[in-house]
Amino acid sequence: MSVLDTVVQGVLLGGLYALFAAGLSLVFGIMRLVNLAHGDLIIIAAYLILLLVSLLGLNPFVAALIAAPLMFCAGWLLQFHVLNRTLGEDILPPLLVTFGLSIVLQNALLEGFSADSQRLPSEGIGTASIGLGPVTVGVLPLLTFASAVIVILALNQVFYRTALGRAFRATSDDPVTASLMGIKPQRIFATATALAMVVVTIAGLYLGMRANFDPSIGPARLIYAFEAVIIGGLGSLWGTLAGGIIIGVAQTVGASINPEWQILAGHVAFLAVLLVRPRGLFPKGAR
Amino acid sequence: MALLETHDLTAFYGDFQALFGLDITLHDGETVAIIGANGAGKTTLMRAICGVVRAVAEAVTFKGEAIGGLAPDEIMARGIAMVPEGRRLFPSLSVEENLLIGAHGRKVVGHWSLDTVYGLFPILKERRRHPGTALSGGQQQMVAIGRALMSNPSVLLCDEISLGLAPVVIRDIYEAVPQIKAAGAAMIVVEQDIGQALKVADRVYCMTEGRVTLEGDPQEISREAIHDAYFGAAA
Repeated sequence: MSVLDTVVQGVLLGGLYALFAAGLSLVFGIMRLVNLAHGDLIIIAAYLILLLVSLLGLNPFVAALIAAPLMFCAGWLLQFHVLNRTLGEDILPPLLVTFGLSIVLQNALLEGFSADSQRLPSEGIGTASIGLGPVTVGVLPLLTFASAVIVILALNQVFYRTALGRAFRATSDDPVTASLMGIKPQRIFATATALAMVVVTIAGLYLGMRANFDPSIGPARLIYAFEAVIIGGLGSLWGTLAGGIIIGVAQTVGASINPEWQILAGHVAFLAVLLVRPRGLFPKGAR
Repeated sequence: MALLETHDLTAFYGDFQALFGLDITLHDGETVAIIGANGAGKTTLMRAICGVVRAVAEAVTFKGEAIGGLAPDEIMARGIAMVPEGRRLFPSLSVEENLLIGAHGRKVVGHWSLDTVYGLFPILKERRRHPGTALSGGQQQMVAIGRALMSNPSVLLCDEISLGLAPVVIRDIYEAVPQIKAAGAAMIVVEQDIGQALKVADRVYCMTEGRVTLEGDPQEISREAIHDAYFGAAA
């Protein structure tokens, strides 16, 4: 495998990590909430899609279209009725509650679906590939990467071009003054988490089509997502994509040297970036 | 009937009582000035009216409805807008976005729109793409006032709009007050700059240590009476 090939595969893998991370980045950027159940929510989305595929015989992409609004509603309710109560001066309650939620979700999945590995059917596109000049890339990784770019473009459009995005940014700056403008911060937070759950659904779709999943793998996805967000700089969505790509490339390069080094190389890259840029590559407020 | 009234309004920060039974009245089209030294409770009064500090329901009435204890967004939706102390512009938003967010989520009918706010403060139109917090203090205050006007409120609460500004800038900003009044908003102006406050006000309240110690027509109140009320001397 040529170096160029390895790097291209790494960049495309980075798209998947960026999808894992975009929802986390969005929620953190708006309400400084670190959701430790984020990885498990991605797995929940994958199981929800699997359920729709196996019960209704749907194509996974169609199933994701149905799962997305369901996850949107679930995210809204979760934030409005549970997570909003944890927000405040103290940073510990949101960590404890989302950590607890993570355990509850994992055990609920274990009860409902057993510990067996599952996979979403990817039919033709799972193995299809196309030649791009000197390298050959899989259609599915390409689609994953394109989806990540589209998701981040779309979120940026929402953020900087719509009244909702204005309310997101204002509430993030100063919730009390935002409420004097007629904004309900609690609802803005709920809408942000709901939107993040749509991204989580897309992440769950590609996660499930790319590889096996089971109820216990959420926390590891959370770590990748975290690393991507922190490398990129907290609160910057394009930075999150860059962070995902850095981890993805580090992993494929590491794996090409020694297959055992794949995961380790990603974490080492994360630590290396932190060493040089402790606040990440594109920290918010440095725009 | 008064437009906005407080009845025996009290307010607390934890155990600390900041307001002791205030009765303030604002009529349609009127401008009321609240003056008093630092720590007299002026800002707390404003925060209690707009819902940031909790009040008993009946302690604040607006158009006859008890609004004390409602959330700030509910009070704002009824037509009370606030220019907060320290301006509190949103740093992530441009000047124009700061103005637009003042009318967030509502179809507003009335005199005030982006165009009329830019007419009132033309400099803001030139700076509309800049981050709100990149402007000078006086221009930021114009944004804060414009932002509050964007919802076409019946009552405009202005908290210390002259604070930290040069006299010539304060004069510029106060020149906008007659136009705001003419467009139909009643105003409560909290000021430490007594001269400015007395110039624009129809009525004035002086507060000391959470209580009203003097009330009257600015033309009729003597400087001595204000001095005594201000410093808490026996009237």
